[in-house]
Amino acid sequence: MDRADLIERLTPIIATYAQDKDAVASINETTDFIKDLRINSANLVDVILDVEEEFDIEIDNLSMERMLNVTAAIEIIEDKLKTK
Amino acid sequence: MHNRVVVTGLGVVAPNGVGLTAFTEAIKNGTSGINHDPQLEQLQFSCQIAGKPELSDEFIAQYFSPLELRNFNSTGILYGVIAGMDAWKNAGLNINQDSDEPAWDSGTIFGTGTSGIDKFRESIYKVDELQLKKLGSTAVVQTMASGISAYLGGKLGLGNQTTTNSSACITGTESILMAYERIKTGQATKMLAGSTGDSGPYIWAGFDAMKVCTYKHNQSPMQGSRPMSASASGFVPGSGAGALVLESLDSAFKRGATIYAEILGGHINSGGQRGSGTMTAPNSIAVQRCIKGALQNAGINASEVDAINGHLTATAKDATEIQNWSLALDRKNKDFPYINSLKSTIGHCLSAAGSIECIASILQLHQDFIFPNINCEDLNPEITDIIDFNKIPQQLLNTNVNIVAKASFGFGDVNACIILKKYT
Repeated sequence: MDRADLIERLTPIIATYAQDKDAVASINETTDFIKDLRINSANLVDVILDVEEEFDIEIDNLSMERMLNVTAAIEIIEDKLKTK
Repeated sequence: MHNRVVVTGLGVVAPNGVGLTAFTEAIKNGTSGINHDPQLEQLQFSCQIAGKPELSDEFIAQYFSPLELRNFNSTGILYGVIAGMDAWKNAGLNINQDSDEPAWDSGTIFGTGTSGIDKFRESIYKVDELQLKKLGSTAVVQTMASGISAYLGGKLGLGNQTTTNSSACITGTESILMAYERIKTGQATKMLAGSTGDSGPYIWAGFDAMKVCTYKHNQSPMQGSRPMSASASGFVPGSGAGALVLESLDSAFKRGATIYAEILGGHINSGGQRGSGTMTAPNSIAVQRCIKGALQNAGINASEVDAINGHLTATAKDATEIQNWSLALDRKNKDFPYINSLKSTIGHCLSAAGSIECIASILQLHQDFIFPNINCEDLNPEITDIIDFNKIPQQLLNTNVNIVAKASFGFGDVNACIILKKYT
């Protein structure tokens, strides 16, 4: 799966929680969940739950802590998919 | 110098009517909101009838965003938010989404018995199945007792005290009296008062187990709730929410707000589970003191009370309650005020009862009527020994109503009585 595909599957998940709907339209690898998309920090755990379900992976506590932007999310998803 | 306190907004989510217009029609017509509940039957409850507000998904979407509705499973918060936002709008106040500044002089005291009991059940199962992580981010806010005031505080941008009270079946009446005190003493200008109560088997089961609900009307739900009737056989569980915007008279006057009624005062006490009082039965001396204390606090004479809205749940205690009112007011037979119980049409909405019933009382003052009692064609003779049957209207009465006394009594031997007056 290439990165463009990953972002495409990630976008609807993130869009659910993003308060800045305009920023969702221009999601790219540098997008920060809180600063750019204004996702409520409490919702970050919900994003992770939805990602786990979408990609059928399990994200550990350490990875959860650093999943704060699109780049980190992609890295973590790719990593987990590899070891599946 | 104390502020006078008036009611300037009302919102209601009741089993027999959602929204002020539907509810007003329903109480005037004596329309029952009690239905057979298939889930209660399936779970083999003794009492398989209940009062639940009907809300469509489209309607709910007007109050909650899709994100808020994800994994949302709390009927109490659902009812409370709708009633609260409706009351705010009904008072002509803005729901300001854009301002960064909270309304410093506006707060809420919004009560509940439990919060999000279905969410709580769901969460407990997940924890036991080692799926704790799947609780997500909203299990806490839906199940904390103050969930309802927290949701409302955010929706309305409240900057004053934002809290939840809880005291069994007096919760709603107590919330109004607490909010009243806060405005009276100048600590807030506007307070959203009210209460809510969850629906469903997990909130009602304990009452069914105590055998305090009727099991005789599973085939005739609308005849099931029978306050003051000789054939009263226990209460019918209900649910919903009522919300009232309380405001200083000065503020209401300056805004040119509609004033539904003035709160003259009230009293809250407990029988201490002494004498005839227990965890679940009232101490009659305390009940009488509560009513007398309310009159004194409001600065009125017992003879000025035009109508009583009772607690009257449809149990053997109804006659005791009438006796207590009669002794406290020193009025009986034809001299007794009119009395009614909203529970005949909506059941006992538990923590939501006091606020919904206060709204019905206030509508009576504002529109000059006494709503009819239903299901008491066969009045309990112990009651008609004390008061004249004409004082228990079974048809809508269009008559001038100036002062209503409303009381609620609850487990823990707690009592609350509020005195409401037409604003003139």
